[in-house]
Amino acid sequence: MGRYVIRRLLQMIPVFFGATLLIFLMVNVMGDPIAGLCGDRQCDPATAAQLEKEFGLDKPLWQQYLTYMGNVFTGDFGTAFNGQPVTELMASAFPVTIRLTIVAIFFEILIGISLGVVTGLKRGRPVDTTVLLLTLVVLSVPTFVTGLLIQLLLGVKWGWIKPAVSPEAPFSELIVPGLVLASVSLAYVTRLTRTSIAENKRADYVRTAVAKGLPRRRVISRHLLRNSLIPVVTFIGADIGALMGGAIVTERIFNIHGVGYQLYQGIVRQNTQTVVGFVTILVLIFLLANLLVDLLYAVLDPRIRYA
Amino acid sequence: MSIIDKTAAVPAPRGGDHTGPLLEVRDLHVEFHTRDGVAKAVNGVNYSVNAGETLAVLGESGSGKSVTAQAIMGILDMPPGKIPQGEILFRGEDMLKMSEEERRKIRGRKIAMIFQDALSSLNPVLTVGYQLGEMFRVHHGMSKKDAKVKAIELMDKVKIPAAKARVSDYPHQFSGGMRQRIMIAMALALEPDLIIADEPTTALDVTVQAQVMDLLAELQQEYNMGLILITHDLGVVADVADKIAVMYAGRIVEQAPVHELYKRPAHPYTRGLLDSIPRLDQKGQELYAIKGLPPNLLKVPTGCAFNPRCPKADDLCRTEIPALVPVTEQNGADLPGRKSACHFWKETIHG
Repeated sequence: MGRYVIRRLLQMIPVFFGATLLIFLMVNVMGDPIAGLCGDRQCDPATAAQLEKEFGLDKPLWQQYLTYMGNVFTGDFGTAFNGQPVTELMASAFPVTIRLTIVAIFFEILIGISLGVVTGLKRGRPVDTTVLLLTLVVLSVPTFVTGLLIQLLLGVKWGWIKPAVSPEAPFSELIVPGLVLASVSLAYVTRLTRTSIAENKRADYVRTAVAKGLPRRRVISRHLLRNSLIPVVTFIGADIGALMGGAIVTERIFNIHGVGYQLYQGIVRQNTQTVVGFVTILVLIFLLANLLVDLLYAVLDPRIRYA
Repeated sequence: MSIIDKTAAVPAPRGGDHTGPLLEVRDLHVEFHTRDGVAKAVNGVNYSVNAGETLAVLGESGSGKSVTAQAIMGILDMPPGKIPQGEILFRGEDMLKMSEEERRKIRGRKIAMIFQDALSSLNPVLTVGYQLGEMFRVHHGMSKKDAKVKAIELMDKVKIPAAKARVSDYPHQFSGGMRQRIMIAMALALEPDLIIADEPTTALDVTVQAQVMDLLAELQQEYNMGLILITHDLGVVADVADKIAVMYAGRIVEQAPVHELYKRPAHPYTRGLLDSIPRLDQKGQELYAIKGLPPNLLKVPTGCAFNPRCPKADDLCRTEIPALVPVTEQNGADLPGRKSACHFWKETIHG
């Protein structure tokens, strides 16, 4: 197990450098890093040259990349459009998004897996068909439609929730946005669990477990579920990364000042340093989430641990 | 070693006042309702097993031997499976009339089952120690620690080397023979009265087959258990079984004490099976094979199900289903325990 962890950690290093290099190239080579610095107008050549010199953009590319990496490792992500250091933005944005993600993942696990288990065990029955149809609806409606609709109904018409989340964004205000954010993944998790359960239900080892005289509950929880959850865990783990970065739509709708909101601001105001900084951190989160998945995978399936 | 010394005396028959056979299957029918129609997998099977006795159930794939066993265990998939009629008496009580909870308590504790493919039949993500210990934890409410000690004892009992070191290993870390030993250990855990072994050696190579069968026979004797051995391997049967039931298309076509069946089969199907064993004294000759294929259970032939493949079949066989009747000597003397379901059993057994 120890060697497996070390191997996985070592594999992360080239991926991290590769991903950051791509971000760096996309912004510095394909885009114009100083485009947004003079407000809405084009910078005049003299100012542009001065800015380039100031930011070291006149140096060779490899030197620029080294400077960028050096800054990343010392925690210097530059300043945002309003003069605040990007790290300060991160400090306020990430806790909010992490809370939102926790709520979303919680719903995915709780509702998604429970529905999946129920439908998988009762395949072909009315419960199964109904849930399957519902997941199809959820999957086919884009998040911004569900989000706006729920905001309109629950927030504006019926007044059950506040339509906009306060800047502090406590857990209690994030329940509905979390559900909206989770909705699509939740439907996926349901379907994934259902298929997995229905397939493993016929497995020989489940038959053995029944033949051993174990109560039905134990057969399902210890024998069937453990094996069926392996693909689901993979999906949920990868989804942590996706939810952290992909909450732009949901955060916009409910006015949550999280990562998605800051990224959006960075893009709209053409502030490269905000975007690059946040994306770099998101890459790290993605990598960590994937590591977590692989480790969980090994915990769940000993055949991988010893391979 | 010491474990065997302790139980050297033959245990007294367990289970108290019931005197009849340990298990009796009466007129059991099992059918599967599929999209293409009703597949009649078992059509009126009768057999019984006593304590300490071994019944071998012989037959091709699809003859209903495994389905009968699964019906006894209560692990049939229902639906699509259905038991329209019949009785399965365990110590005189009909298990088909019991509640699911009562049946669950019999499973594993009184009747245990050994499956064919030990790799897929053991849970890949749980240690063998956990899977063995589960029997004690669930049925006897033992603690995790005590159950582990018991698991090691069991693994010793089925002669797995270094049991203590291997109790925390996973099924895929064992060889095929060792895995089957673990299956046997699991079935033996609570010293059941009856063990059903569904082709326990089919997935193993020949040398390991013999070891596993010996082990099974030894343990059966030690605990005075009844054993139903399901197989299609006539070689395995000869050494261990007391009596044989030959199944074809969901019916028992012949029943006999083991050695008499080999000497004088009373059904053309049994004769065909015996003739298709390679023999040293017939070297160079072409090996006999029963022509044709096993019948489609959705469309069993009318009359005797074996008639399209039978060398002796005539019009009677195509119209009338032969009953399983007692077989006698030529002079009418009884042959205890022998029965045949062939219109021409006399010709078959006496020449």
